[in-house]
Amino acid sequence: MSIFDIPTLDLARAQFAFVVSAHIVFPAFSIGTASYLMVLEALRMITGKEVFLRIFEFWKHIFAVVFGMGVVSGVVMSYEFGLNFAHFSDKAGPVIGPLMGYEVMTAFFLEAGFLGIMLFGRNRVNKWIYMFAVTMVAFGTLLSAFWILSVNSWMQTPAGFAMNDVGQFIPKNWWEVIFNPSLPYRFVHMVLAAYLTTALVVAGVGAWHHIKGTADDAVRTMFRMAVAMILVTAPIQIFAGDQHGLNTLEHQPAKIAAMEGHWETSKGAGLILFGIPNPSQERTDYKIEVPYASSLILTHSLEGEVPGLGDFPANERPPMTIVFFTFRIMVGLGFAFAAIGLWGGWLMLRKRLHEPGLFHKVALVFAPGGFLAIIMGWFTTEFGRQPYTVYGHFTTAESVSNLSHGAAWAALIGFVVVYAFLFGSGTFYLLRLMRRGPESAEPVENTPQRAGGVAGAMLANDVTTEKEEAHA
Amino acid sequence: MSGFAHYLPDIWAAIIAFAILTYVVLDGFDLGIGILFPFLGSEENRTRAMNSVAPVWDGNETWLVMGGGGLLAVFPLAYGIILNALYVPIIIMLLSLAFRGVAFEFRGKTRRWQKLWDKAFFGGSLIATLAQGAILGGLLRGPEVTGRTFTGGPFDWVSWFSLGTALALVAGYVMLGSAWLVIKTSHGLYDLARRVGQVSLIVTLGFIGLASLATPFLHPEYYHRWFQWPGVIWSAVVPLLLMVAGFGYWTAIRSDRGVVAYLSGIAIFILCFMGLGLSIFPYIVPASITIREASTTAMSQGFILVGAAIFLPIILAYTAYAYWVFRGKTSEHEHHY
Repeated sequence: MSIFDIPTLDLARAQFAFVVSAHIVFPAFSIGTASYLMVLEALRMITGKEVFLRIFEFWKHIFAVVFGMGVVSGVVMSYEFGLNFAHFSDKAGPVIGPLMGYEVMTAFFLEAGFLGIMLFGRNRVNKWIYMFAVTMVAFGTLLSAFWILSVNSWMQTPAGFAMNDVGQFIPKNWWEVIFNPSLPYRFVHMVLAAYLTTALVVAGVGAWHHIKGTADDAVRTMFRMAVAMILVTAPIQIFAGDQHGLNTLEHQPAKIAAMEGHWETSKGAGLILFGIPNPSQERTDYKIEVPYASSLILTHSLEGEVPGLGDFPANERPPMTIVFFTFRIMVGLGFAFAAIGLWGGWLMLRKRLHEPGLFHKVALVFAPGGFLAIIMGWFTTEFGRQPYTVYGHFTTAESVSNLSHGAAWAALIGFVVVYAFLFGSGTFYLLRLMRRGPESAEPVENTPQRAGGVAGAMLANDVTTEKEEAHA
Repeated sequence: MSGFAHYLPDIWAAIIAFAILTYVVLDGFDLGIGILFPFLGSEENRTRAMNSVAPVWDGNETWLVMGGGGLLAVFPLAYGIILNALYVPIIIMLLSLAFRGVAFEFRGKTRRWQKLWDKAFFGGSLIATLAQGAILGGLLRGPEVTGRTFTGGPFDWVSWFSLGTALALVAGYVMLGSAWLVIKTSHGLYDLARRVGQVSLIVTLGFIGLASLATPFLHPEYYHRWFQWPGVIWSAVVPLLLMVAGFGYWTAIRSDRGVVAYLSGIAIFILCFMGLGLSIFPYIVPASITIREASTTAMSQGFILVGAAIFLPIILAYTAYAYWVFRGKTSEHEHHY
């Protein structure tokens, strides 16, 4: 089979998966950064310390770029459902549509409305209004996460609905729809992921400046804040993830079977640390198992029963290989983050956090780790939901639009090429901003007014820029 | 069904129409500035023009999400069919908007590539506008629908008519963008904007005339609407009102009353929009699906109407506040961080 024989359905899925994976990186980072900026601005107001302003201005520049990329990839998302999954939109729209409508009205407008003031308005409004604007942006990002996760959770664990005579899902009880069984777990897990991811980035940037010997007091302060945040958040995230898994066991046992790598339902099941799922033989090869541990984790009993994928009809099984590996990468990263937090906490206790060493190199390597963990986690849960869009009720195959094969191919290639170019460039600019550090992002009050584009003032040293570009 | 629930689809059609119109007149001026970008003369002028929209473009574009999200929320069948039918121009629009959106952030971050992001801002704005115009033209011709499914081909939207609506929208957005520049800038840029504004007004009105002559012949239903009682009153009065609005724009832009010019430009868009409504209503997918057929349950429409009643006024209030904070002429040096 050549790649041109790929069914249109899979092209539509690939396009959706690609644009949503590219998108999630930005809101995850901006949820964390917006909250961080809110904390920094509050600390500055309370303590009056100038260092918080310098950290604020530094991360504000980065936030602006990330948010910009989040906006353009987010506008795409609001149309993706109809473009590729017109029948899903028609059938599930009465339930999920109003939730997305609330997301737009309560969150998107709030963020966009106050973003301009936050980025450009410090000298145009008083400090209380400025603080309010920063808070509204942060609040907007969280509200947005709430609504869209409510939509996703409903697709995973649908509740509070009935079917009408044209086959549409219609709401019966909005409370049950919005607060469907998996929402609380998913919301907590995702917001923690956003915070942890941001803390890892902040820590990584701080670590880099420690290694390069450019760690001023702003860098040291933000580094301490980030390490403390990882120390606190990572273990909570592991606990939250475990709870989320128990919820999935209750509502989507096939997904759990795929995550765990079990083919046969059994009592006292071992925890497969590593293996290679072999779907054609319905077994997992090369297993490295911890006896009884799977039952213990999932049922809190050594003899508890754990589902196996083989007990589900073949046409109701998610693809085990993808789910199995993405889940392990996510969990592995999660434990690595917790270890980094503990290590940093120990160094802090010993007052050696600011001495450049192995810890700083490790923190630098793991700076983008949160993004990888988030994408792996979403792959686990989304592939684990297959073959359904609305779990147990409506299949992905039924959901797809009536697309021409050529148009679907062209669109997929178009998105990949354009996103690679735009977001690749954006990542390059972000890394350059991060490399310059807070030193270059002078507080607004002290910045001489100069020309050079929207973010012209960020080129605090034009000579440096030219030099850096020559190296790039 | 109770009295109020009966009117929910009409109320929602009005709200969605309002969101789309708001998108067009707000993002219209910043897209128009993008289209004018290579013709602004100096680097200094380009920077000033972009800075004048930097604090608000994101909010403007959110109305596009409101239009799409709103359609999914209350008319999911129409959302599915329209997006499926106009797959190609919508994806072209989205990718173009991505190019011009990131240009706001990227162009100030680099010297070596600044010209490239200038081109991205121009090209993205122009192609997004053309795509939006073509979407309108393609929609008006009426996608082929069988049951609840779009059954036409991916290029059904291509026609002379949709080419005309695409070009018309470019002229219209330039008209709005010129008025915005008259409001926000001074000296060289301002003089340029005044001249461009006058030309774009004439071109816009010309295209509206052509589109108005063509529309009744797209579909017998439209013909019927336009030339029979009571639509014929509309057909007679609208050209007159357009002349009034056009005259308002013309005199205002020649005499430094940018706000009046912008409002006159909005009036022109509103009149065209009402003409569209007259042609299409009560259909939402022209000639195949009516507003009522596309409607979700009253429980869905009612639930989100509560939110709209609470939040839309709040949104309009803080949007207006954000514009007010950045009121007045924009200097070249402003609105960077």
